[in-house]
Amino acid sequence: MIDIDIIKRLEGSNGELKLDIKLEIKEGSFVSILGKSGSGKTTLLRILAGLESSAGHIEIDGEFWLNKKIFVHPRQRSVGFVFQDYTLFPNMSVFENLLFAKDDKKLAISLLEMTELDNLKDRYPLKLSGGQQQRVSICRALMRKPKILLLDEPLSALDMQMREKLQTEILKLHKTFGTTTIMVSHSPNEIYKMSDFVALIEDGKVKKYGKPKDILLKTSGSQKFSFGGRILDIYRADILKIAVIAIDNQIVEIVLDSNEAEILKIGDSVRVSTKAFSPIVSKI
Amino acid sequence: MEYSFEPFLLSFKLASIVSIILFLVALPLAWKLSLSRSKLKPIYEALSALPIVLPPTVLGFYVLYALSQNSPLGSLLEEYLGVKLVFNFYGLVIASCIYSFPFMLQPLQSGFESLPKSLIEASYLCGKSNFQTLLHVALPNIKSSLLTAIVITFAHTIGEFGVVLMVGGSISGETKVASIAIYEFVETLDYRSAHIYSAIMVAISFFVLLLVYVFNYKQKKIGFLR
Repeated sequence: MIDIDIIKRLEGSNGELKLDIKLEIKEGSFVSILGKSGSGKTTLLRILAGLESSAGHIEIDGEFWLNKKIFVHPRQRSVGFVFQDYTLFPNMSVFENLLFAKDDKKLAISLLEMTELDNLKDRYPLKLSGGQQQRVSICRALMRKPKILLLDEPLSALDMQMREKLQTEILKLHKTFGTTTIMVSHSPNEIYKMSDFVALIEDGKVKKYGKPKDILLKTSGSQKFSFGGRILDIYRADILKIAVIAIDNQIVEIVLDSNEAEILKIGDSVRVSTKAFSPIVSKI
Repeated sequence: MEYSFEPFLLSFKLASIVSIILFLVALPLAWKLSLSRSKLKPIYEALSALPIVLPPTVLGFYVLYALSQNSPLGSLLEEYLGVKLVFNFYGLVIASCIYSFPFMLQPLQSGFESLPKSLIEASYLCGKSNFQTLLHVALPNIKSSLLTAIVITFAHTIGEFGVVLMVGGSISGETKVASIAIYEFVETLDYRSAHIYSAIMVAISFFVLLLVYVFNYKQKKIGFLR
């Protein structure tokens, strides 16, 4: 069991924020952290890794990494950390980057084979694509066989195709190594696919913690479809008013009735839902 | 008329020794300062930058006083170690080390500070100590700052005049470096010699700086510059 109970005051972009996080995480599970930017997600990961100090305690398998008396230095914590911007050592080749974490050639080669990077092992990081760099970074984080793997929006800088490929790879590595993985992510799609549990963080506190299905699905009652979106434009076509709404990466046009048209304006966050109908799902 | 190149050799010897000493002294300090979040940091930085703004004569005067028999330090040195540090080469080395210190410290410190913080953190997370991080991660990624620091310190020591004159005087073969030799040529109206020595100084300085810029340009080209 991983027991986290931390308190820290932050100077955020929206003024002062009190980070007060209590979480109990089952060993070996994949947990995603969801929340607006500035809600303290990255700071939480950094505190877990020991890169920032905090009050409270962190207990892993009965071993304290942080409490009133103890602060274990990052180098002595069994964590792997994957930064958003890869952070590979530019003066070392891919292989050397892995061996720097731990001098275990066999493990390094098997990790590179699992991520299809073995033919790039003598390249230098700056000669790799973003997706390749991030895979090397994940491999490096696993070299020390950490108890906890921390991923700070690891896929946010990559295109859709690469994201999907890496989601599968990360899941595979998570299972092979049996680590407890904690990932910060903005993508509900990614979180749903990968996680066992989701923690929704708002204003520095855990607002909800549970299975992805319970937290991410916005439907309730008799509604069958419900999406969060933002109004990009409202225009008039004859007597109708039509709203253009961005839902995730897609854009839809929806006819507004006159009551709705009065209340809504461009830039509003809205929920688009519909009741009792049977959608047709077909292969593209 | 015959020309002696002894002053140049002396300048090079002095600059080499000072560069080596300062590199070893300033490197750990620059590393510590770059990582420091102490409130006293500006004080350390201001102190270390003093030699840049102080007139060389002020610095020379203090060093001269500190090393002379009249000061507690100077008399202690002479009494217990039997060494005299004014008007000889060792005194020059000490004075030059103080004078050129910021020229070594600042490029190194700004080199370290230009490294992304996460790179240092990634090294800690690889289980590495501060010293291992310095050796394997920080230093290899600030090559151009290293070269700049060493070359600028070297060149600056060659070019110094006031401090050397105050602390070393002008003893042939001992403390008469190139810049002082030129000063004496002019004083004795030997313009021909002054021209030759000065031209050599200009050429050396130019090539030293050229070396730094060419190297840094190449580093930038391979995308390695930090």
